[in-house]
This record gives sequence, structure tokens and C-alpha cells, in this order.
Amino acid sequence: MQSRQEYYVPHGSYWPIMGSIGMFSLLGGFASSLHGNTIGTVAMILGFGVIIFMVFGWIGQVIHESEEGDYNLQVDNSFRMGMGWFIFSEVMFFAAFFGALFYARELSVPWLGGAGNNAFTNAVLWPDFKSVWPLLNMPDNSNFSVPKGIIHAWEIPAINTLVLLTSGATLTWAHWALMNKNRNQLIAGLALTIMLGIIFLGLQISEYFEAYQHLNLKLSSGIYGSTFFLLTGFHGLHVTLGTIMLTVILMRAIRGHFNKERHFGFEAVAWYWHFVDVVWLLLFIVVYWL
Amino acid sequence: MSTTTTDLQDEIDALGKSHDNHHHGPEKGVMRWIKTTNHKDIGTLYLWFAFIMLLTGGAMAMVIRAELFQPGLQLVEPQFFNQMTTLHGLIMVFGAIMPAFVGLANWQIPLMIGAKDMALPRMNNWSFWILPFAGAMLLSTLFMKGGGPAFGWTFYAPLSTTFAPDSTDFFIFAIHMLGFSSIMGAINVIATILNMRAPGMKLMDMPLFVWTWLITAFLLIAAMPVLAGAVTMMLTDRNFGTSFFDAAGGGDPVMFQHIFWFFGHPEVYIMILPAFGVVSQIIPTFARKPLFGYSSMVYATASIALLSFVVWAHHMFLTGMPVAGQMYFMYATIMISVPTGVKVFNWVTTMWRGSLSFETPMLWAVAFVILFTIGGFSGLMLGIAPADIQYHDTYFVVAHFHYVLVTGALFSIIAAVFYWLPKWCGRMYNQKLAKIHFWWAVISVNILFFPQHFLGLAGMPRRIPDYSLQFADFNMISSIGGFVFGASFLLLTYIIVDCIRNGERVKEPRVWPSAKGLEWTIPTPAPYHTFDKPPGKELILAESSHTGAH
Repeated sequence: MQSRQEYYVPHGSYWPIMGSIGMFSLLGGFASSLHGNTIGTVAMILGFGVIIFMVFGWIGQVIHESEEGDYNLQVDNSFRMGMGWFIFSEVMFFAAFFGALFYARELSVPWLGGAGNNAFTNAVLWPDFKSVWPLLNMPDNSNFSVPKGIIHAWEIPAINTLVLLTSGATLTWAHWALMNKNRNQLIAGLALTIMLGIIFLGLQISEYFEAYQHLNLKLSSGIYGSTFFLLTGFHGLHVTLGTIMLTVILMRAIRGHFNKERHFGFEAVAWYWHFVDVVWLLLFIVVYWL
Repeated sequence: MSTTTTDLQDEIDALGKSHDNHHHGPEKGVMRWIKTTNHKDIGTLYLWFAFIMLLTGGAMAMVIRAELFQPGLQLVEPQFFNQMTTLHGLIMVFGAIMPAFVGLANWQIPLMIGAKDMALPRMNNWSFWILPFAGAMLLSTLFMKGGGPAFGWTFYAPLSTTFAPDSTDFFIFAIHMLGFSSIMGAINVIATILNMRAPGMKLMDMPLFVWTWLITAFLLIAAMPVLAGAVTMMLTDRNFGTSFFDAAGGGDPVMFQHIFWFFGHPEVYIMILPAFGVVSQIIPTFARKPLFGYSSMVYATASIALLSFVVWAHHMFLTGMPVAGQMYFMYATIMISVPTGVKVFNWVTTMWRGSLSFETPMLWAVAFVILFTIGGFSGLMLGIAPADIQYHDTYFVVAHFHYVLVTGALFSIIAAVFYWLPKWCGRMYNQKLAKIHFWWAVISVNILFFPQHFLGLAGMPRRIPDYSLQFADFNMISSIGGFVFGASFLLLTYIIVDCIRNGERVKEPRVWPSAKGLEWTIPTPAPYHTFDKPPGKELILAESSHTGAH
């Protein structure tokens, strides 16, 4: 693949404005639908469709330009930095929710139970409230779904930990194959990784089903349910995105894209996958286990 | 020596000729602006968007000052007054100051590091084009049932969760979009600075505006996602039954304040570090001396940025926290004055015994140094935990942050526009009128904000449309200053539009003869494409404003 000498500056493009319109329609529609506006729901679905179209169109164009040899090593480096800093921004997004969990477990729930110099808080607000974690009885149960139990770490979550760790290994196996020019092993590794991602998601869905149907553990189950579902939910969303991205990479690998020297697309998705993996390990420890 | 100078002159001349051999120019019509991937087009879009938002937010400020002109409820309903203070703050922070600095970054960073464009040009376009949609969504809340957000720009729970109007969900998504745009913009700035510098330009050769933006971009990527997390929790608390900020479910409204200010304190440095960069470019030019203490400026900026992540709870001294926490946050906060002091002294020392001249950008830069320092001092007063018990939520706080944001951040943006506008459009503004505008604005802004210190010390609370009679005189003075300052922006609009349309043509690459920097080596006006060939090492060093090449 002969790549051009100078830094590639793309011509004008419709994709960004399409993305903005899609995003406006998706989010504006979502906000209206929250207040019972059916046109809002329609706008939300349309906006979502526009965004999907935009993402595939935009990325497709980038892949095309990449295969045409438009990108030199300096462009490649810009993409690497872009992906790296994007993942850092994701780390900070998750940090907000891990911070909320830490705050609830170490500060707000003990304080409500009278810890430190907060005896009066407990006596005045909810004198019957006992601070325990996992918090199954809220200070005031009347507005919340009171859970009968929680998801225990050494059941499905432990299996899921194994599944994700294995998927990290299969992805690295695929990367080795790419470096050793073994295309069949590359394809097999990617396919295995995607399969493990789908198994993870299936188990996660069954776990949510168990929580909602049998344990009455819901988003509205106080701070335990709130942190549990937002942390695992955003993680699950990232696994979903990662699986879709891996599928694109698999299709590109089947078409003969990527070589030993130039495979930024593969690496970017691999970084993302490993990041999602690390988030899961943290989740497993502080959400499920401890 | 003379041959070297001639060689460099040849290189500068070559830069003027090489720009149009294989490139397409701008497209015709409106599609040029919608599809553009050109950093200069995108910079221009950002700057005009910020200017329109500045006038919008300014109009809201006029409503606030009109209501406060006299005691008693005069013109607007209290609920509408609260919507005005809320949206004024949000629009000025997210719509005016931040996009204006991103606009300056887009125009200047590639020119200052000898790059042909930003690193990720298509994403650059998207970063901008999210903004008008997000701004429209934010402003649309004013016209919804129940009115717009009225809980202040800090949107504390439970005012923003349990007791907020329906339109709050639109506000939440507007913040999501603005944050998404900022993060993409910041990623682009970092990739550009780290990957696109002309070969031979080391990090410590970079102009300070580039350095300050590199560090600002890091702050943006670290802080904006936390804000996204905060508004996401608000959204689920409001609509999906979670209880992050509800003590009845084991959460805590105070937790909102911690998460918000973990974003909010870096945010104030996001709005002031690029201002430091601008002023550090302008002062050496008009003092005709290299910047004093270049490397200490870089390290001071980095120190301020790191400290900004560990001082957030000084916004919450009265919310309630253990004494040990108050002591820690007080000392950590006051420590920031050390690197900030380094900067102020460096600017003063740069001017010391320089051959000073006071062209319009220099006037704004000097005003920045003096007035920002006043804002810094009142910030020190607020940082002292026991004293803050008196100052908290009074007009003293309002005076403080308007000194740092208006006479600080905004003044530096105006200084930057007057400094670089002739390079951008190849025309000089009416300098006499610009100086009249400067004195008009700088006097009126002090009449507007200085009395607010006295009001705050005497105990006038912020965000209240009515006040006791003893505050009447200073409020009237402040309002008069406000109207006069507001009117000065009409003159500013005229000066800029007049410059772009009829200004006297400038042909010199070095618009200000004493200016150093790669942006002054390209032709004036800046061609659509620049630095197709990166500048050489010699030229980079000769144009470095801190190596003593003056």
C-alpha cells in the first residue's frame, strides 16, 4: 500500500452536520417523549436512525480513504492520539459513577445512619434507619422498590469476569496472528472475541431479568439500585458498542484489510475492548464483590 | 548574520507563494461553512457563534441589571428573573467564553506551530456544528411550559431534580451536547499540538498560547465527562426513579455539589488558562522584549491545572464539611495563588524597562493584568474558609467571578481579536475608535462590578430580584455601569464589521512590526491554506518569542 507523502486534509463533508441534526433530533425527541409527547418518540427514533447512518457512512469513508492509501504515518498517529484521549474521557465518565458509589458507601449512607458526628441527622430524619451495605432498606422505603436480595459476585458475575478476561486473551491472540501474517487465526480470534462479547451480554441480560423479576432490584431501589444499574448498564452499553466495532473489524479482516505495519482500526478497537475489560474488573470488585 | 536573515526572508516569501499550487479554494455559498474542514473557516464560525451568544447572554444581563436598578419588584417576575440569571451564566460560560477560545485555538494553533491544519479536520467541523443545535436546545427552554431552568447555572439538586420545570430535561441534553463538542474539540487540540508541530519545534519552543491550550485541552478531557456524569444522574433521578441526590433513598444532594464542582473548578481554569496564553503573546510584542520567565510560565500553567482538581470543595464551605476538610481545601486553594503570582510578576517584568507602546491589543492586555489580579485577590479572600462564611452567596462572589471572567477571560478574547484580526482579514480596524471603545468599556465595567464588592460585603445576597433599601445606591450605580458597558458592545460590533468590510488594507506579513511568531511569517491576509511545507528550524527559532532573538 503506497501512502501519500503529505498530511491528508479531507475535503468538505456532510457527515458532521448530519450527525448534529441526528443528535438534536434524538436527544430533543427523547426529552419530549419523557413528558408524554408521541411526536418526540418519533423524532427520537428518526434521530437514532440518522446517527446510525452517519456513523456507518463516516467510518466507511475513513476506511475507504485508509485503503486508498490517503493516510501517512502522521495521520495514523493523529488517530492514535484521538482514540487514546477519547478513552481517557470515557475513564473520567465512569469515574463520576464510581465516585458516586464511593460517596454513597463511605459517606452518605453511614451519615444517614448516624456515623461520625451525624447522630442528630439520624435522630431527626429517619431514626429507624440502619446503615448497612448492600442497602436493602432505604431511609424511607415508601417511594422505592424494596429489593429482596442482590446479585451475588460468585454466580453469573464471576462467570462474566472469566468470559471477558478470556475475550481479552483471544483478542491478543488475534493481534499476534496479524503480526505473524496468519489471516485465518486473525479471523478466528476476532470471531471468538465477538462470541464471548455476545455471551457476556446474554448473561448480563439474564442477570438483569433475575434482578427485576425475582429480586425486585430495580433502578428505583434506592442508591444501591441506582449505582448498580448505572455502572453495570453503562458498562454493558460499552460492551455492546465494542462488539459492534469488533464485528466491523472482523468484516474488514475477512476482506483482507490490515497488515503488519498498518492496522490502526484493529488496535483502536482492541484498546477500547481492553478498557471495557478493566472497567469490568473494577465493577466486579467494588459493585459485586466487596 | 545578514545572509541568514536573507535566507529566512526568502523562506517567508516562499510561504507566500506556495499556497495555491494543488489546493482547491473555499467552496461557494453557504455549503462552504457547513461542510468545511478548514481550520480558519471553523475558527471563524466559532468566533461568530461565540459573539452572538455573548450578545444574547449580555441582553439577559441587561434584564437583570434593569430589575436591580431600584429596590422592589420592578420589571419582571421573580421566576423569570431566576431564568435570566441561570441562562445568562450558562450561555456566557458554555456559549460565549469557551467557544471563543476554541475559535482562537482553531485559527491560531496551526499557524503558530507551522501545521497545515488541525489534526482531525472532519471531527473539527463536527465539534463546531454541534454548538448551534445545543445552543438552540438550551434557549428553547425559555419558551416551554413552566419556563426555562431557574436554579442557577450550578443547577444544584434538589432544585434541579425534584423542584425543576419539565424543560430541565432539554437543558440536560443541551449540556450533554456542549460537553461532547468540547471533548472532541479538546482531543483535536491535543492531537494537533503533539503531532502536527513543524519538525524541529520542540515543546519548549512553542508559543505560550499553544502551551496554555495544550493544558486547557487536558483539563477539558478530564472535567467535561464528569459533568456529563452529573447531568446523567440528574436525568435518571428526574425520570427513572434513581436516588443519587435523594437522601430518602440513601443518596445525598450534597453529592451533587461534589460532583459538580469536581468539574466546576477545573472549568474556571479552562476559561482562564487560554487567556493567560493570549496575554503572554501580546505583552512581549508591545513591550519589545522577550517574555520574561518562559519556562516558569509553562510550569506555572501546569501547576495551576493540576491543583485545580484538588480544590473543588472551597465552593462548598457553607454546605457543611468536617473542619479538617475545610482546612485542607482552604490551604490547597490558596496555594494556587503561587503559580498565578508567578504569571502576574512575569507579565509585569516583561513590561519592565521595555519600549512600551499602547496599541489597542496592548491596552486590553494591560487592563487584563490589572483587573484580573483584582479578581484574583478577591478570590483569595473567598478562599479563606472562615471569611467565606460572610462572603458566601453574596454579591462579593458575583463581583469576584465577573472580574476574572469579564475583565479576565473576555478582555483577553477582545485583546486577541484586536491582535490577530488584521492577520485574519488583511484589514486594519479604526484604531482611534478602538481605543475610544477600550476606555469606554474599561471605565464602565468597573462602575458595573466594583460596587458589587461593597454590596456583597454589606450582605446583599446574589440571585434575588429584590433587596433592602440600604443597597439601593450602589445597585443603581452598578446598573448604570452595566447599561453603559452593554452599549459598548454595539460599538465593538461596528468596529469589527467596519474593519472586515471597509478597513484599510494591510499587506505586511508582520502586521505589528515588533511581533514574533510563525503566524507573522505567512502573508496577510492569511491564505486559505498555509504551511503546506512546514517552516524550517532556523525560522522557528528566529520567531520564537522567548529565546532572546528580539
